[in-house]
Amino acid sequence: MSGRAMDAGLPPADGAPASDGEPYILNIGPQHPSTHGVFRLRVSMDGERIVDMDMIVGYLHRSMEKLAEERTYTQNIPFTDRADYLAAMSGNLGLCLAAERLCGVEVPERASVLRVIFAELQRIASHAMGNGTLVSDAGAWQTPLLYMFRERERILDLFEMTCGARLTTNYMRIGGVAFDPPEEFFPKIESLVDDLPERVDEYVELLAENEIFLARTRGVGVISAADAINGSLTGPQLRGSGVPWDLRKAEPYSGYERYDFEIPVGSAGDVYDRFMVRMEEVRQSTRIIRQALDALPPGPHKTEVPLALRPEPGEVYGRVEGPRGEVGFYLVADGGPAPYRFHLRAPSLINLSLLRSLAVGASLPDAVVTLGSLDIVVGEIDR
Amino acid sequence: MPPGPRQLDGERVAAALEAALPGSVEEVHPEWVVASPARLVEALGWLRDSSEFDAAQLSNLCAVDYHSYFEVVYHLQSLDLNHQLVVKARTTSREDVSVPSVCSVYRGALLQEREAYDLMGVRFEGHPDLRRLFLWEGYPGHPLRKDFLQVEGHHPGLPRFPFEEPGVQSR
Repeated sequence: MSGRAMDAGLPPADGAPASDGEPYILNIGPQHPSTHGVFRLRVSMDGERIVDMDMIVGYLHRSMEKLAEERTYTQNIPFTDRADYLAAMSGNLGLCLAAERLCGVEVPERASVLRVIFAELQRIASHAMGNGTLVSDAGAWQTPLLYMFRERERILDLFEMTCGARLTTNYMRIGGVAFDPPEEFFPKIESLVDDLPERVDEYVELLAENEIFLARTRGVGVISAADAINGSLTGPQLRGSGVPWDLRKAEPYSGYERYDFEIPVGSAGDVYDRFMVRMEEVRQSTRIIRQALDALPPGPHKTEVPLALRPEPGEVYGRVEGPRGEVGFYLVADGGPAPYRFHLRAPSLINLSLLRSLAVGASLPDAVVTLGSLDIVVGEIDR
Repeated sequence: MPPGPRQLDGERVAAALEAALPGSVEEVHPEWVVASPARLVEALGWLRDSSEFDAAQLSNLCAVDYHSYFEVVYHLQSLDLNHQLVVKARTTSREDVSVPSVCSVYRGALLQEREAYDLMGVRFEGHPDLRRLFLWEGYPGHPLRKDFLQVEGHHPGLPRFPFEEPGVQSR
């Protein structure tokens, strides 16, 4: 292949397959159904087998961390919606907890329980999306995805009636949450948590024993526990490899230590295990929501805090267990109303650390399913 | 500033590090340890393998611009012992921006170091594939640096509003 064709990422002009040992360059994306956003993979192939892979990201880079240095801590909450736009509540919660620790703000009990309810609703919605698109990548085009969207839709309706937005919720505040849920919220969420376990059974029945799905996911994209830990994987990507690590248990925040739930783990570390861990987490989240609804105390939903908090100089690293793993905020304060440094530890980006080593040697369809199982959100990768 | 709920005392980590690898600690703080860049890789490798600290996972890596130097922050954690420790490394000046890459110890640093190189311009010596991550090769400057707007060749699209000038509104 000529150098110019390599540089442009184009196949050789004659389109001949690489029978002479030269790799064939294939571009996946930037717009492609399996990339779930604007994300490009430049794959060198020998026949069906991948010999090298390079990921090209940054199409959605909005310089969030630089912008954050010009805005107050509260003004930065909407950025976290737009980082991981499928788990806005988790991003909101992570930033608020970090900023509260930095500024020494206490949160009322009702706000903590509401935060847990919304973070778990968000986890269910995000896992529905993550597993739905994974199944799409495995070839079950759209039907299972839309099944899973039924429940996601009901969750987004709950978000909308509480804070007016479905995706970029901007719901949490430093010191609590922005609004108390309206009266009609409670019967709707009760009926949702009643329906969910049955619906999860339905999906598992639909997919988990489907021969094609098993053939596409069992033994594919295997990550050993040691690799997952060393590669900084977190969330279902780590637990799928059998490591029972969940910040809700390891470093409980917002009162998670009071709820009774389990950490589902996989055993083989393959795509199927990551899928099943997410499915099981939906069940566990349902349990948490039910307990939180029972425990929801009356009282204020927010502590009044100054609009422009000026924390003492110092630094803090606050983190929560988001649907994709550890969402961390590293904030450095210099005494001013805006953070001196604002860093978002993006699990979507860091979970891709092992993608190249997983893909090299695999076949292209397996690599696509593996990428799907890592459940990336490009807004969070690029920030 | 209250440290993380499971964060280890920096002095304890520093004492153990200094005993095992003399000269590896530059500065001690109750919350973190500043490691000497020359022995950073050794120090992190020792923390990863020691049974006392078992820092098996690099949870977060990022760089901060402190005007006269850059600081790279490593948040490490042990999943078995459930604790967190913070190690930092500093460049000697604003001009000499190299810090050794820890990719040989933690593969999770592969993309995080590329991100810090792209946005903050810290050179991670020994990184197997140190390229820009989000921006393109040839982009002028590193946007997260505090002096970014003074970079030659940078042409911001729109003039800033007067109240957005640094120092007027926020600080």
